[in-house]
Amino acid sequence: MGGVRLIEYAMNYPDKLGKALLEHLEIVVITLIISLLLASILTLLAMYSKVLSKILIHVFSVIYSVPSLALFAIMIPVMGLGKVTAITVLIVYSQYILLRNFIAGLNGIEPAIIEAATGMGMNNMQILFQVRLPLSKKVLFTGVRLAMVSTIGTATIAASINAGGLGTILFDGLRTMNVYKIIWGSILAAGLAIGVNAILSKIEQII
Amino acid sequence: MTHTAIEFSNVSKKFNNAGYNAVDHVSLTIEEGEFITILGSSGCGKTTLLKMINRLYEPSGGTITLFGEDIISVDVVKLRRRIGYVIQQVGLFPHMTIAENVATVPKLLKWSKEKIDARVEELLYLVGLEPKEFNKRYPSELSGGQQQRIGLARALAIDPKIMLLDEPFGAIDAISRMNLQEELLRIHGGLKKTFLFVTHDINEAFKLGTRVIIMNQGKICQFDTPRNIVKNPADDFTSSLITASRNQERFWEGLD
Repeated sequence: MGGVRLIEYAMNYPDKLGKALLEHLEIVVITLIISLLLASILTLLAMYSKVLSKILIHVFSVIYSVPSLALFAIMIPVMGLGKVTAITVLIVYSQYILLRNFIAGLNGIEPAIIEAATGMGMNNMQILFQVRLPLSKKVLFTGVRLAMVSTIGTATIAASINAGGLGTILFDGLRTMNVYKIIWGSILAAGLAIGVNAILSKIEQII
Repeated sequence: MTHTAIEFSNVSKKFNNAGYNAVDHVSLTIEEGEFITILGSSGCGKTTLLKMINRLYEPSGGTITLFGEDIISVDVVKLRRRIGYVIQQVGLFPHMTIAENVATVPKLLKWSKEKIDARVEELLYLVGLEPKEFNKRYPSELSGGQQQRIGLARALAIDPKIMLLDEPFGAIDAISRMNLQEELLRIHGGLKKTFLFVTHDINEAFKLGTRVIIMNQGKICQFDTPRNIVKNPADDFTSSLITASRNQERFWEGLD
């Protein structure tokens, strides 16, 4: 009985669910693109200075430890409600995951390989792009996967500051005690995270 | 007429937080074409001495010149490309094939593909590996001895006048090691390059070196031909090295 109603709900409101899913994806994709750009620049800077690398990791780890709901709330007086605020917070969150993996990956190369490369007259940029990057691509990609999955999850909470997405269905359901909304919100959010994780894990094995 | 290839004038190196000089006021002159071995126990400063030549370490004092030119005045990347560098752990790039490894620096210098291919083939023959068999393999598919041969080929790629070798055969089994020593002598003989070879094995040092630098606690104890060192050891440390080696010989004779 419940199952039939659940499907009926989806048949009655496909546009509502679809819109929420697309919105959610939009938030995640925009966040990921900007996050990757920012994290790449910060990693590049961190490769030049061990001190800066430690400071960056420390700062973002402190921010990362703040509960997401609190961080969304803190940002409201500064940036107001809505998608832009949500994406900003999500970007800051994902920096910790990306930077940690990027820096650890690039610095995790066997020292003898770096010594040989330096000794034969490769400059820092050549070592970075021809040696460190290709040898750490798996670790770097793991960072991207983890950041994307965690962004999908945290983006659900972004609905609390009117960012839209699958969280809207969930929060609506909670407010009106509509079980179907709650279940659909959960299924889609969890399904998206699990699906993306599975696809990216497969790619990770190939590269 | 000989040219001075490498000259150290009063060179010292003190690492941060160390209370002593790893290399302590060293002066020496090496002529072009010599095969110099640097012998000493671990921590004596022999690797530090070597790594100051390609500026992996910067001296704390003194000057080093290569063919009369102070190395501090040369762009560090350019300096390193003039010097071949081989280390014990080899450090081949695991994501590149053997051919790509050997071609690393020629590629950075944007040589044409034909020139690179020809050079790689020539180098693989030089180090005793069949190009057709090894070109497309990856470093992990090679034995330790074969990997070090590639390390040698890679360091020789753009024909550096000076080769620095930091215990290159230290992790290689006795038989391969003997072969590699012979090949290294052959390569040195054919190329007229200046070789600096760090080792803690006295047999290796005396077998390979036209002259041997004996180091202890950052200082040079003696720098002479193997024959002269054995005839007239300069100090107690040098004599004890020779005595230890002789005792080992006696041990072998006892087994016969």
